[in-house]
Amino acid sequence: MDITSLTIHELSERLKKKELSSVGLTKEFLARMESVEPKIHSFITVTANDALEAARHADKRLAGGKDITPLTGVPISVKDIFCTKGVKTTCASKILADFVPPYDSTVVRRLKDAGAVILGKVNMDEFAMGSSTENSALFKTLNPWDTSRVPGGSSGGSAASVAAGECAASVGTDTGGSIRQPASCCGVVGLKPTYGRVSRYGMIAFASSLDQGGPFTKDVRDSAIMLNAMAGHDPRDSTSIDAPVPDYASFLGKGVKGLKVGIPKEYFIEGMDKDVEAAVRGALEVLKKEGAELVPITLPHTEYAVAVYYLVATAEASSNLARYDGVKYGLRVNETGSLMDMYKRTRDAGFGGEVKRRIMLGTYSLSAGYYDAYYKKASQVRTLIKNDFDSAFRKCDVIATPTAPTAAFKLGEKVADPLTMYLSDIFTISCNLAGIPGISIPCGFTKDGLPIGLQLLGKDLDEGTVLKAAYSYEQATDWHKQRPRL
Amino acid sequence: MPITKKDVLHVADLARLALTDTEIDLYTGQLQRILSYVEKLSELDTKGIEPTTYTVPLMTVFREDETRPSLPREEALGNAPEEEKGCFKVPKIIE
Repeated sequence: MDITSLTIHELSERLKKKELSSVGLTKEFLARMESVEPKIHSFITVTANDALEAARHADKRLAGGKDITPLTGVPISVKDIFCTKGVKTTCASKILADFVPPYDSTVVRRLKDAGAVILGKVNMDEFAMGSSTENSALFKTLNPWDTSRVPGGSSGGSAASVAAGECAASVGTDTGGSIRQPASCCGVVGLKPTYGRVSRYGMIAFASSLDQGGPFTKDVRDSAIMLNAMAGHDPRDSTSIDAPVPDYASFLGKGVKGLKVGIPKEYFIEGMDKDVEAAVRGALEVLKKEGAELVPITLPHTEYAVAVYYLVATAEASSNLARYDGVKYGLRVNETGSLMDMYKRTRDAGFGGEVKRRIMLGTYSLSAGYYDAYYKKASQVRTLIKNDFDSAFRKCDVIATPTAPTAAFKLGEKVADPLTMYLSDIFTISCNLAGIPGISIPCGFTKDGLPIGLQLLGKDLDEGTVLKAAYSYEQATDWHKQRPRL
Repeated sequence: MPITKKDVLHVADLARLALTDTEIDLYTGQLQRILSYVEKLSELDTKGIEPTTYTVPLMTVFREDETRPSLPREEALGNAPEEEKGCFKVPKIIE
């Protein structure tokens, strides 16, 4: 048996029984990485020495038998958007190519405290802007199921590293689908928690009202384990929610009998990919067989979500990315000795095409004379989208939809046309605009053997019910046990 | 409303981006296309609807005013492209 294909809870059992040591396990993952990285290219930075040091520490903790969590000694990867003290954090951008943060993000701090072993930092679309990881300024990551295809994005390195068995789990961020869509493309579980559930401190900002960190795992139990470690109030993030954190694992295994699953007609549209539709409809039948009640619902403003998102997210990005000016950190291009020229040349040389396009769009929509027509209008329609969910959740407990309109697409297929790329997020964006939690779990394969994802959305702070429903579906199927052949 | 090259140059200036001629032509077309798509929002009557900017209630958060250690100067300057006498150094701004 290859231990790099095991889940967190399976590894944790073996670590606790001393069948494995964390150092041994870490070496296994590093060896796996060495053999599959030339094909997949998930990692920007591998921190082998730090990982082995953390593993030695975890082994001591395990030997002492005290203060052990399900993550103690378990190797994971981290999206290169989370600041890691003393370890390069690039956001896959040339402008931060040599940036070494002097502090840990709260998410990384909490995972380290739980005893997780961080193997390294993984690839992403630059500043999390993209749906294929092709916008990384460093290199492209490939899909472990078919290396001619993208792993999805923006957290493509997270999804690919978990699917390829280079780590037991990963953490990514989701602004418009950047956890759920790559999870769907790579056949793993990806959870976006409620906005404010997980601290954003030290998580490099893209769109502050939408960004949320969350886990990538091989199954739903692991997702609950990771969320337990990540969630909770943080005084360093004023938008983090000060609400008690339940034990998310306690929701698992309770079944879905009587659970009302809303099916929004707007997410099952004519012309959608046949394999995706068949897999998702099949998943709904499984949930029904498990005792759930399928309820038709409507989310009438769904068709406006992409337009709202690309105004709101770019407006926030144009302001957040103003900090990259060549003064405090990052790249500086100073040829003429003029301050203004330094700003402009630094930013032109440091940002990639998609980032510049979004800064331009955001700056335009916030500029004098256009604010009401674009940003304000979009924020009002955002209210309508949120109201749609509020009404729907009066009739159901969770909402089930496809995660993405298609399985993983070919490298280069959507690069030339930004709008086509944006439309690959049509099923994931509304969730961020409304702030609610959502998960993607494997629910089948296309005829070509590519994974398909089922998305389950829940009420504010109701990750427990989302995980309960996801677990119930997962236990009735074995899609989550499939691994790519590499 | 059509986007002109002049608009793109103005926005690039506001965004502090020194775009090349090729980029300006490219973005003029692409921004036009994206903005035509978002025009879709004008189909909706949003009169009187409160905008949502955050999905959690934003409140002023208070804490005790306690002295806590902050980042040492050396570490704060660790990533500076240029520094002098413990400060970030920038090109001359006053003639």
